[in-house]
Amino acid sequence: MEIDARSSYCSNETETNVAPVTTHTRPAQSAKKVNGDYVFRCLTTLFALSILAILALMIYEMTGESMPAIKAFGWKFVTSREWDAVQGIFGALPYLYGSVVSSVLALLLATPLSIGAALFITEVAPGKIGAIVAPLVELLAAIPSVIYGLWGVLVMAPWLQSTVQPFLIEHFGFIPLFQGAPYGVSMLAAIFILMIMVVPIITSITREVLLAVPQSQKEAAIALGATRWETIKIAILPYGKSGILGAAILGLGRAIGETMAVTMVIGNAPNISLSLLSPAYTMPSVIANEFAETTSKLHASALMEIGLILMLVTLVVNALARLLIWSVSRSAKGGAA
Amino acid sequence: MMQGVTLRKMKNHLMSFVMLACTLAVLIPLGLIFFHIVKMGISSLSLDFFTHIPAPTGEPGGGMANGMLGSLIMIGGASLIGLPIGILGAIYLSEFGGSKISTLIRFAADVLSGTPSIITGMVAYTLLVVPMKGFSGLAGSIALAMIMIPIVLRTTEEQLKMVPGSLREASLALGVPFWRTSLKVTLRSALSGVLTGILLAVARIAGETAPLLFTALGNQFWSKNVMQPMAALPLQIFSFAIAPYEDWHKLAWAGALVLVTVMFALSLTARYFGRTRQAR
Repeated sequence: MEIDARSSYCSNETETNVAPVTTHTRPAQSAKKVNGDYVFRCLTTLFALSILAILALMIYEMTGESMPAIKAFGWKFVTSREWDAVQGIFGALPYLYGSVVSSVLALLLATPLSIGAALFITEVAPGKIGAIVAPLVELLAAIPSVIYGLWGVLVMAPWLQSTVQPFLIEHFGFIPLFQGAPYGVSMLAAIFILMIMVVPIITSITREVLLAVPQSQKEAAIALGATRWETIKIAILPYGKSGILGAAILGLGRAIGETMAVTMVIGNAPNISLSLLSPAYTMPSVIANEFAETTSKLHASALMEIGLILMLVTLVVNALARLLIWSVSRSAKGGAA
Repeated sequence: MMQGVTLRKMKNHLMSFVMLACTLAVLIPLGLIFFHIVKMGISSLSLDFFTHIPAPTGEPGGGMANGMLGSLIMIGGASLIGLPIGILGAIYLSEFGGSKISTLIRFAADVLSGTPSIITGMVAYTLLVVPMKGFSGLAGSIALAMIMIPIVLRTTEEQLKMVPGSLREASLALGVPFWRTSLKVTLRSALSGVLTGILLAVARIAGETAPLLFTALGNQFWSKNVMQPMAALPLQIFSFAIAPYEDWHKLAWAGALVLVTVMFALSLTARYFGRTRQAR
């Protein structure tokens, strides 16, 4: 690096603002005319702006392509449950319902587990165990969703069908949630697979939030004679509250947009059923299954509108999550200063 | 008094136990997934898997060689498109940024990285597949690049910002032009961190399936032409897993093992680079 800089310096004595490649390879004349810094600035600006362009193009395309469906159905699109590609009638309610129920229930199961695990890793476990488990959890967060789906459809769904669902029907069948026949692929399977998938994400972000809690907060609680659990309850959790909420909401964003794994285990039937044992459908799944072979322009447009709704929902959810996590890390920095 | 203390201690132990139970509940399903991938994958993996294309329905054997080749081609293409945009964009944000437009670009990158990948696939379909009148590996590459760019951009920017300003000033004081300072001093000092980000981005797109559904589409045969539908490993895992044939399930497991191995290797390499950077 140093040698580099020096050689540039030597070649540069006479012409300060000119692009100096190595002295012997540079065509002497053209280099004098080109202002390297100007070109560089333009180039980087162009590439940076292209990211804005990609987003703008994305929003423009999504809105433009869904216009025919928006015009044709209006609000009925989100309140009607009729989805008939042959007659050209499209109502997306079953998909909205499936997405909301599967991701919210998955989140309700995943969040307490994740918080418990994150607390264990940061506060309870001996340093070495935490140092092994934390990267392991992060590594697992990187497994592609198609592999979760593969496991879900070939291992988990048959297990649910043979063991869990008959058990639920037999002992809890009086609750509407657990009525019906054991299909294996079902809303329940989707909830479980989503839970397994978002747990590593929520755990690792919660862990970061917990690590941001100032040591002085914990020490104050310990100095008052608090046990470890009391320290967690009175000092750590209240401090990290909004950050943990942010982590959970980020998990929600991931769950709502999750496509492959859910498509493989949810059964892909547009039911709106109270029973968790019956197959269902979600917004990303219907896009994945139907978009490549649409029967009409309107059909494609209806799927586009579902995509647009999905995009807006994840946008709002992610923005909220980031805001919450950001508020914690900012106050942590403020506290330190 | 003593009773109160005992109660509190018991509660403490109870809650510690609950937290341990939570950790186990988190790790057990993930451990099971890993166990099944290794067990089923190893028993299904053979040399044929790496050299043959899928056998016709009903015939045993075959492999996913075309899917692996297709994935490599598309990841390569996505990197060719995505890396320059991501890295040069990051240089803009860290070296020239600070204005409103930079905040806007960061926001756009965050929105893009939060968008479900299937949306990226839909957009690539309307922008590329429809005008080009056919599914193609190129469209797949571009869809993957759209996922890669925000990841590379943000990680590279963070790494560049960690380079001390004095290093830039030293270079500038020696008369090195700004552009050369950025590339040869700033970027090079942050290189290991930037590489980490790139590897993580590659690992991420290597497993992406949803954006390829409507772009690359998949192909049962050898596909080297980027203007034609192209096979990809994750796509093959998907379609074989949901097919009703035992032989295909086996291939899917083998594919999953290969994919997970590659991704873990990438992640570990990335971690290694990240660590050497921190150690310095």
